[in-house]
Amino acid sequence: MRSVASTVLTLVLFATYLGIGALAHDTHFSLGWVLASTVLVWAGPAQIILISTLGSGATALQAAIAVTVSAIRLFPMVVSVLPMLRTPRTKRRHLVLVTHFIAVTLWVECFRLLPQVPRERRIAFTHGLGIGLCSVCLVATSIGYGLAANLPQLFAAAILLLTPLAFLLSTARNCRQLADILALALGLALFPLASMLHTGVDILISGVSAGSIAYGAHRWRARE
Amino acid sequence: MSDFFGDWHALLVLVLAGFLPNEIWRMLGLWLGGGVDEGSELLVWVRAVATAILAGVIAQILVFPPGALASVPDWLRYGAVAAGFAAFIVARRSIFTGVVCGELVMLAGKWWLG
Repeated sequence: MRSVASTVLTLVLFATYLGIGALAHDTHFSLGWVLASTVLVWAGPAQIILISTLGSGATALQAAIAVTVSAIRLFPMVVSVLPMLRTPRTKRRHLVLVTHFIAVTLWVECFRLLPQVPRERRIAFTHGLGIGLCSVCLVATSIGYGLAANLPQLFAAAILLLTPLAFLLSTARNCRQLADILALALGLALFPLASMLHTGVDILISGVSAGSIAYGAHRWRARE
Repeated sequence: MSDFFGDWHALLVLVLAGFLPNEIWRMLGLWLGGGVDEGSELLVWVRAVATAILAGVIAQILVFPPGALASVPDWLRYGAVAAGFAAFIVARRSIFTGVVCGELVMLAGKWWLG
C-alpha cells in the first residue's frame, strides 16, 4: 500500500484518469462504460485513442486498429517484466492477472521497486500494486466524469499535457543503458518523420527502427 | 443497471475495439516471453523497441494533440515539455519537479497569450 501512495506517478495517473473521465463525458459515453474500459483496457493512451476515435464517429474496426497499434508497446513490457517475477515453481496461470496489470506505470514501478522485494513475494506485491493503482484510477475516472461539465478548457489542456510529460520523465529516469537512452531520443525524433508516411502504423515503424538502431549502437559499443 | 452501463451494443464495442486489441499484446508477451532470460541480449533489444514505441506515443500526443490540448500552440507544447525535461535533469531526476515545471510553463504561456 505504501508503494502505491508514495509514487508520484500515482498522482499523474489520477490526473490522467480525471481527463479520461471528462473526455468520456464529453463524447457521451456512460459512466459504467468508461469505468469498465478502465478495468478492462487499463492503458491510458489506448483509452484516450478508443474514446476519441469512437467519439469522432469512426467505426469499431478503425478504433480497434488504432488501439492495437498503440498497444504493441505492451508486448515487450510484459516480456521484460515477467522474468523479474518468475520463480522456478511459478506456473503460467499465476501470471495472467499480473500480465493484465502491466502498463507503463506498473512497468516503470516494477523496475524501481521489485529489486527490493523478495522473489517469492513479487507476484503478490504486483497484484497489490496493480489493484491499488486501478482503484485510484476508477475513483479518478468517476470524479473526472462528474466534473466534466464544469471543466475549464485550460485545466483540460493541462491534464492532457500530463500524459506526455509523465511518460517522458518516468521513461528517462529508468534509462540505465546506452540502448535505452538512444531508443528514447531516437523514438521521439523519428516519429515526426514516420508520421509523414501516413501508414496508420507510424508509431510501429518509428519505434522498431529507433529501437533497433539503439540496440545496434549498444552492440557496437560492447564490441569495442 | 442498463442506465449505468448504457446498451449492450456499446459494451460489445468496448470489448471488441478496446479490450481485445489491447489485451492480445499482453497475453502474447505472456505466452511467447516464457523462455526469455533476465539480462539476455534479446531483452535489451525488446526493451529498446518498447522504449522507442513509447517515445512515439509521447511524440504523437505532442505533434497531433487530442481535445483541449490542441488549443495550446505548437511552440508552447514543445517548450513546456523541454522546460519540464530540463527541470527534471537539474533536480537530479525528480519526476515531480519536471512535471510541475512543464505544467507551469504551459499555464504561464497560455496566460501570457491571454
